[in-house]
Amino acid sequence: MSFWFWHGLKKGVRTTRYPRGRESAWGVSPGRPVTTEFGSSEDASRAAANCPVDAIIARDSSACVELERCIYCQRCHFGSSHVLEWKPDYEWTMVAAGREKYEPLPDAYRRSLHVIVVDAGDCGACLHEVKQLNNPLYNMHRLGFFFTATPRTADVLLVVGPVSENMRVPLLKTYEAMPDPKRVLAVGTCAITGGVFGRTFMSAGGVASVLPVDLEVPGDPPPPLAVLHGLLVVTGRKPPVPRDSLLERSL
Amino acid sequence: MTMMGSPLIPSERIELDALTAAVQERFRAAVSPSRRDHGAALCMLMNESGALPALCRFLFWDMGCSFGGVIVEELSRNWQLSYVFLAAGSGWINVILELPLGANSVPSISAEVHAADWFEREAEDLFGLQFEGHPRLGDFILHDQIWPEGVAPHRKPQRKSVDVHQTHFRRRPNPEWRPLLVVQDPGSFAMPVGPVYEGGIGESLHFMLETVGEDVLRAVPRLFYKFRAVEKIAEGKSVSDVLLLAERFAATSSFAHSLAFSLAVERICDLEVPVRATHLRVLLAELERLRHHTGAITGICESTALAVAASQAAIVEEQLLRASCQFAGHRYLFGLNTPGGVRRDFANEDFTDLVTAVDHAVEDLRVLEDRLRFTSSFLDRLEDVGVVDPDKARDLNLVGPVGRASGRGHDLRRECPYGGYDKYEFEIPREVEGDGYARLRLLFREAYESAGLIHQAIQRLQPGPVFAPCEIHSSGVALGWAEAPIGATLHWVRLDDSGRVERYRAITPSFNNWLGFHAAVEDFAFQDFPIILATFGLSATECDR
Repeated sequence: MSFWFWHGLKKGVRTTRYPRGRESAWGVSPGRPVTTEFGSSEDASRAAANCPVDAIIARDSSACVELERCIYCQRCHFGSSHVLEWKPDYEWTMVAAGREKYEPLPDAYRRSLHVIVVDAGDCGACLHEVKQLNNPLYNMHRLGFFFTATPRTADVLLVVGPVSENMRVPLLKTYEAMPDPKRVLAVGTCAITGGVFGRTFMSAGGVASVLPVDLEVPGDPPPPLAVLHGLLVVTGRKPPVPRDSLLERSL
Repeated sequence: MTMMGSPLIPSERIELDALTAAVQERFRAAVSPSRRDHGAALCMLMNESGALPALCRFLFWDMGCSFGGVIVEELSRNWQLSYVFLAAGSGWINVILELPLGANSVPSISAEVHAADWFEREAEDLFGLQFEGHPRLGDFILHDQIWPEGVAPHRKPQRKSVDVHQTHFRRRPNPEWRPLLVVQDPGSFAMPVGPVYEGGIGESLHFMLETVGEDVLRAVPRLFYKFRAVEKIAEGKSVSDVLLLAERFAATSSFAHSLAFSLAVERICDLEVPVRATHLRVLLAELERLRHHTGAITGICESTALAVAASQAAIVEEQLLRASCQFAGHRYLFGLNTPGGVRRDFANEDFTDLVTAVDHAVEDLRVLEDRLRFTSSFLDRLEDVGVVDPDKARDLNLVGPVGRASGRGHDLRRECPYGGYDKYEFEIPREVEGDGYARLRLLFREAYESAGLIHQAIQRLQPGPVFAPCEIHSSGVALGWAEAPIGATLHWVRLDDSGRVERYRAITPSFNNWLGFHAAVEDFAFQDFPIILATFGLSATECDR
């Protein structure tokens, strides 16, 4: 059985340098569409019409992107005459809509944060990306972040999914069972706006219609590093991205 | 119930002519065969609803067909219930039962074909149909502690009680609600698990484990916490919008589902997909299978607390996710499939990078498998654990790797080829033990086969278009199918005159296999439960939709 020990050692350390440095490996993030200048307002509105979820808004001659609505259908990425520029970054966490600013958890939580993850009707992608944080490539334990099984010891409620009607009560109960101070992190487009599931008799259309949300991580799904950025923002170790910057006019 | 035919015999070709003759001889006036073409090789129209259970029993047990599912549709003039069976090698058999809209009682076939149990419960909850003779209806999708009686959300707007875009059912749960059956013996107790559990990261589902301390006597699953009514919100949407839903209701097998949906639409529009696109689809579908199986292997290693192996498998999985992202622009292959082909082409160097990544992954998986085979503490936890014997697997109609680990040869890529798979050479691995270790071995073998298929697909690629413009204006109905990583998936699509989706029904492998999951956990020790759960590798979101 000692071969497992050697097997592990031989593979060496594979963990990302983030947040100390940038992670530049291919494919860690799908990136995001950014505001693109088209030269004419006609082309900009065509680019906007191409988006099935109204995440692209034509303003004069440029097409602006509202990332919190983007479902990554990639119709503005390829296969169309009006493609947008894509930026390969992953720090997308912003203060929730309707909030002035985010108050980080007290300093004692900076290197000891317990996270409870609630799947409120997620398609499996966001949950899977959150799960990746435990693998050696991201290894969030090194930052003092841990997943916990019980809300009684949790500091952060990480919610994925649009909140299905059958999960609404379990989600509320989980939130109520958490001790103060606590923060709520909505991860993924579905958790922010309902995504493709929208607001129906079975979907609340986002966590904010059920609970007070503090921070939002857009993306469908946000890659593991984006979720990690979200947790760093929760503790105050990174600042949130200003909301306007995800609707930026020029880059 | 008599069981005809040994389940261990590889699925033999079932001749449709002989089957039709046998049905006509037995059922005569009760059934009239017709050849309506919507993807099914044979359609039968029921003239007498009373003969339905006997016919289903005949097809499933006597003729050896597999069960596909029940599709309920509320048409403008009548109910149409399609009972879909698969005749190996010949195609789908669709038994259609038409009922007047006023009637709400249907004969239940669950007593004959056990795998139909959940399909009938689902139809009862969503459409309000009563299945005569079904032992347990209600409290399935619409959980009884929240939902009032008499709600049938999937009925057409003019006749039913729910406005899809209203949220007026947001009510407090009924504190008086109790589960119907809870074990009552002295010394025994029920342990509820879920819906928020599993170290914090698990899909939302609930199990009531009935136990006498160490052994699990019964495991009563309660799913549909994640029910988002995908099929209802698809109604009235355009095909390109429903494609987004088909891709996103279960992201870990999103390509397979969008493929099955696209195939159904292409069948309605009678559309030929360019050759290059069919090969690209095989490539992407197999890439998804390889990634999914690696993830399932990670889950099994994690469930046995073998930390180094779990870490190494997780690294392989993440590398495949990154390779998918680098190759296709999305880690879960969103936004690639579309009716008519794939939405983008790839350059030759993209394929080189992908093949390098896939070969690396296979190499790592082989090393991992080799080590796991000699880790006795690991094998002890898998061998003879969670056994589903071949008879039971046939009875419960298990599909996918779980079914194939229990001796079933059920793989749509071979039994009912779609999307050009008939031109590929590959093996369908099978095991007969039906325990956790058999399922693990099968995952490894299928992952290697998928890597081989990726190589073959790349070799077969010839320059050419990857997309045939698809004008959707025709009405029609069709079945699309694909072998998703978890098993066979069937998508039923009906388009109206303007080309909008009138009814969309996705029958998913997880739905099929969750029904059979209880067979594996009963009479096992408590601590084996997470391991059995991991070896089944099922997805709640795929089941719940």
